[in-house]
Amino acid sequence: MIPAAFDYRRAKTIDEALALIGETAEEARFLAGGHSLIPLMKLRFSQPDRLVDIMHVPGLAGIWERNGQVGIGATTRYVELERSRILQDVLPVVAEAAGEIGDPQVRHRGTIGGSLAHADPAADLPAVMVALDAFLDIVGPQGRRRVQAEDFFQGFFTVDLAEGELITEMRMLPRRTAAYAKLHQKASHFALVGVAAALEIEAGNGADGVCRGARVAVTGLSTHAQRLRGVEASLIGERLEEEVIRAAAERAPEGIEEVNDDLHGSAEYRREMAKVFAARAIRRAAARA
Amino acid sequence: MAADATPSPGGKHVGQRLKRREDPALIRGQGTFIDDVRLPGMLHLAFKRSDVAHGRIVRVDTSAARAMPGVRLVATGADLQGVLPSVPVITPFPYPDHPAVTPDKVRYVGEPVALVVAEDRYQAQDAVEAIEVTIEDLPAVVDAETALRGEPALLHEGFANNVALRIISGTGVTEAAGTQDPEAVDNRELDAAFETAEVVISQRMVNPRIAPSAIETRGVVAQYEATRPYLTIWSTTQRPHAHRRFLAAALGLGEHQARTIAPEMGGGFGAKKIYGEDFVAAALSKQLGAPIKWIEDRSEAFLTTTHARDVIGQIELAAKRDGTVTALKARLVADIGAYEMLLTAFIPTLTHGLLSGGYAIPVIRSELIEVFTNKMPTDAYRGAGMPEAIFFVERSMELLARELGMDPAEVRRKNFIRPEQFPYKTAAGNEYDSGEYERLLDATLELAGWEEMRAEQAAARAAGRLVGLGMSFYIELCAIGPSTMFPDGGWEHGSVTVERDGRITATTGASAHGQGHETSFAQVLADQFGIEPETITLLHGDTAVAKQGVGTVASRSLVVGGTALLMAGSKVKAKMTRFAAQLLEAREEEIEFANGEVGVAGGGKLSFEEVASYAYAPQQLPAGTEPGLSEEAFWEPPGMTFPYGCYIAQVEVDRETGEVALQRFVGVDDCGTIVNPLIVEGQIHGGIAQGIGPALTEELRYDEHGQLLTGSFMDYAIPRASDLPRFELGVTVTPSPLNPLGAKGTGEAGTIGATPAVVNAVVDALSELGVRHVDPALHPEKVWRLIRGGER
Ligand SMILES: Cc1cc2nc3c(=O)[nH]c(=O)nc-3n(C[C@H](O)[C@H](O)[C@H](O)COP(=O)(O)OP(=O)(O)OC[C@H]3O[C@@H](n4cnc5c(N)ncnc54)[C@H](O)[C@@H]3O)c2cc1C
Repeated sequence: MIPAAFDYRRAKTIDEALALIGETAEEARFLAGGHSLIPLMKLRFSQPDRLVDIMHVPGLAGIWERNGQVGIGATTRYVELERSRILQDVLPVVAEAAGEIGDPQVRHRGTIGGSLAHADPAADLPAVMVALDAFLDIVGPQGRRRVQAEDFFQGFFTVDLAEGELITEMRMLPRRTAAYAKLHQKASHFALVGVAAALEIEAGNGADGVCRGARVAVTGLSTHAQRLRGVEASLIGERLEEEVIRAAAERAPEGIEEVNDDLHGSAEYRREMAKVFAARAIRRAAARA
Repeated sequence: MAADATPSPGGKHVGQRLKRREDPALIRGQGTFIDDVRLPGMLHLAFKRSDVAHGRIVRVDTSAARAMPGVRLVATGADLQGVLPSVPVITPFPYPDHPAVTPDKVRYVGEPVALVVAEDRYQAQDAVEAIEVTIEDLPAVVDAETALRGEPALLHEGFANNVALRIISGTGVTEAAGTQDPEAVDNRELDAAFETAEVVISQRMVNPRIAPSAIETRGVVAQYEATRPYLTIWSTTQRPHAHRRFLAAALGLGEHQARTIAPEMGGGFGAKKIYGEDFVAAALSKQLGAPIKWIEDRSEAFLTTTHARDVIGQIELAAKRDGTVTALKARLVADIGAYEMLLTAFIPTLTHGLLSGGYAIPVIRSELIEVFTNKMPTDAYRGAGMPEAIFFVERSMELLARELGMDPAEVRRKNFIRPEQFPYKTAAGNEYDSGEYERLLDATLELAGWEEMRAEQAAARAAGRLVGLGMSFYIELCAIGPSTMFPDGGWEHGSVTVERDGRITATTGASAHGQGHETSFAQVLADQFGIEPETITLLHGDTAVAKQGVGTVASRSLVVGGTALLMAGSKVKAKMTRFAAQLLEAREEEIEFANGEVGVAGGGKLSFEEVASYAYAPQQLPAGTEPGLSEEAFWEPPGMTFPYGCYIAQVEVDRETGEVALQRFVGVDDCGTIVNPLIVEGQIHGGIAQGIGPALTEELRYDEHGQLLTGSFMDYAIPRASDLPRFELGVTVTPSPLNPLGAKGTGEAGTIGATPAVVNAVVDALSELGVRHVDPALHPEKVWRLIRGGER
């Protein structure tokens, strides 16, 4: 667990970060919380020649509400998401999911941008971002662009991020009626299965209102965070009574290919747990109406 | 009163919750751990390890590695043949050769095949990565029950069918002294008990392989000085004196030419004794004329620090319908891995010795087969053979209770060894020192509120919840001794010096690594001398400071080491008495030690400093007395001590996920005299956590090729504080008659007792689904499958 030699640079601005990454012909990586990258380097699975630390770039971290949207800076650490007043008020699902990540050490180092860029198949926040229909602001040598979370996650550790591109911010609409429920892998505490549900429930009727919109996303089940479209379809237009939730959750495995299967959970178990945790997330989200 | 005839403590400090004197430095990060040892000119050692479980080395290409920057030496196992001795074993059983760096065959993933010495650790690792090893694969032997038929391959010449050791123990065959002829065993009594039994319980049970998981990994720094010649070696070892002996011999030195220092250690748990890496570091320091450092990384720790348990038991109980157990029969298959380390083969033999648990079982017979497989060797880990025994016995008692429809507490009560039966020689061969088991059981039931617990459980079940209660009654075997019982000696050594200023420096051979000896041993001496613990310093962990020692293993330190210190202390007191009597012109019988003074009740008093300064510069020596106040003692225990306790766990199983929530954990422990309740609680708490881990989540898993699948804390789950409920604990105190302290030891208690309590609770929770037994670790999916009825 001794990494190969590398060059460490600390960026003070976004432009400098992009320049430091761009100027070298060798393999260079942004370093955020380091809680995925450094372990990989220690195992020598990853051997970048240069790390560009983005944790000291002012303005890249933070949580704000602006023009009816919530923005989260890429280098915002989990512990800040967990404790954010704004998120607890208008997007409790993000605070909730962040609070279930790893352990206190991980939550004090790991960042939302790093989590999304790394896209571990069992990471929590990708599912939350997909369910919330968040989009990511990205800058790179080619300039700025914006991509929807759902399109960003493409496969096993595969995202829509070109070499030298930096995620700067995530943006999404406030939604109180969203929740995350997770089965912890008992060693790492990554998600064996985690489900995020974001619901639009007819105003005024509390949990008894009719569900007008539903985005439900899963992590841990397959190669990357994905929507559970069958579940969503079964919720929309319905009053979220227990039988409705159960029937909808039953559809969780629908359309999910390449189900993960390892010593912590067989494919069969994960499929069943996707149902269980879909139901739990939906119940919890509905209870926030 | 003069110095104690038989020294016994009892005074103001023993029994106090003194905060650990070790902690202020440790929590400020000021301790010196192995990686803090840095010497001028020090070089760094790293190993190239096999990534194949079983195979023949065809070629090791070190050419690229040799050419890399900073590299001072690259060597293969073949290069080191004849330079390095084999890794030592101290059991009385036959064992295969175990080279520190293998020259020809690899037998487990992680086995060293080559090494690099470089100027820094990074260069060393870079060069290791550049070594190319070609291995011709042999079939990996990973399943013990298949292995003992010699399939699919043999590991060692001279060990037919991969069997390291086979012992049949029990009534009729007194000592486990090697491989015995099964035909020679007299089974008549056993067979009769089973033939006449009204109930027979029979269950196959598995104690999975686990990793000791000390938070600090292993390490060594070796410094050889050629001209003296002298070896100084810092090592994470629990047994510095044995370490010195083997290391000195390895370099052709006498023990007087070597010094082992065990610095602060982040946990040992039985796994840190003597390893091949230490020999390599010492030999290379001699060869290269520079200090050599090696620090194990976490991946190496999972692969190459000894593993533990991994025993399959077929357990049978014969009983009467009233719950009386009449006989116990066990067949134990222990997967000991690829080689033997210091005590590998000895550990499973301890399992046999505890198969009586806390019960008067008239006939006990066990057959133990130890088998080589292509895995890391096993050795001691907190409990060392005892958790396996108590797991087997306590699961069996629970099965018996269920079979008979009895309250699990009552089945146990029915079979307890009664107070008047002590000392009690069990049919498994051990003589238990003292105990009041029923009193402790009742204390536990009361503390738990057993009746209410059962009522609440019934209500929860009626509401459809899977709530379970589990009990265990454990026995711990401590202070292995006298020397006839323990390979390498069962005694301990201590010394006490009253310095000229009246302060005390004491040493113990029981080298501590987190157990708080500096605090508790000072409490013992403080009471013996009538002084404050602050005026006493205890030194340990360095063979140049503690002249002799065995070490801190087997929960023996206070019992054996504490008593040795008392013995040395009483010799010093006797001398102080003589000097004080002379100075005060009193009779020796009148001299008392109290409140930091030596003197005559109602008469003259002297400070320790006054007595000491006179003793070191006597104007007139008392007859037959030497100057100075420094004495030492060895103490050999007459027998072993057997602390015990009872644990009750309450769990709730999530029907949907199979997750187990541990809701309550209640226990009462009896470790004899308690010198420091805070330290005992710490031992119990940590021990319980290390017993809960293997019940619920801890399990080392190898695949069919002998690759370790759980080689990091991302895959191997030790419990976290947040996984544990608040422990509800109590004590009873039944002193041991075998030492003047009345202490019994407590280091392994929690670990031994917790696993069966939790497993029993989970089985109880699942019993309404028809589940009768399940082996740990109780991973959610495993439990979920039981709930679904997929596996019975
Ligand atoms: C013990 C442990 C337990 C864990 N448990 C969980 C868990 O329960 N749930 C969970 O979701 N995760 C878990 N993780 C992973 C953790 O969340 C990581 O922090 C996260 O995956 C990566 O974020 P980081 O900030 O640490 O990124 P880094 O490790 O610094 O970087 C990861 C990758 O992302 C790239 N990168 C980082 N930031 C950016 C950016 N702004 N733009 C473009 N690329 C970027 C880096 O170049 C690198 O390739 C755990 C990790 C550990 C060590």
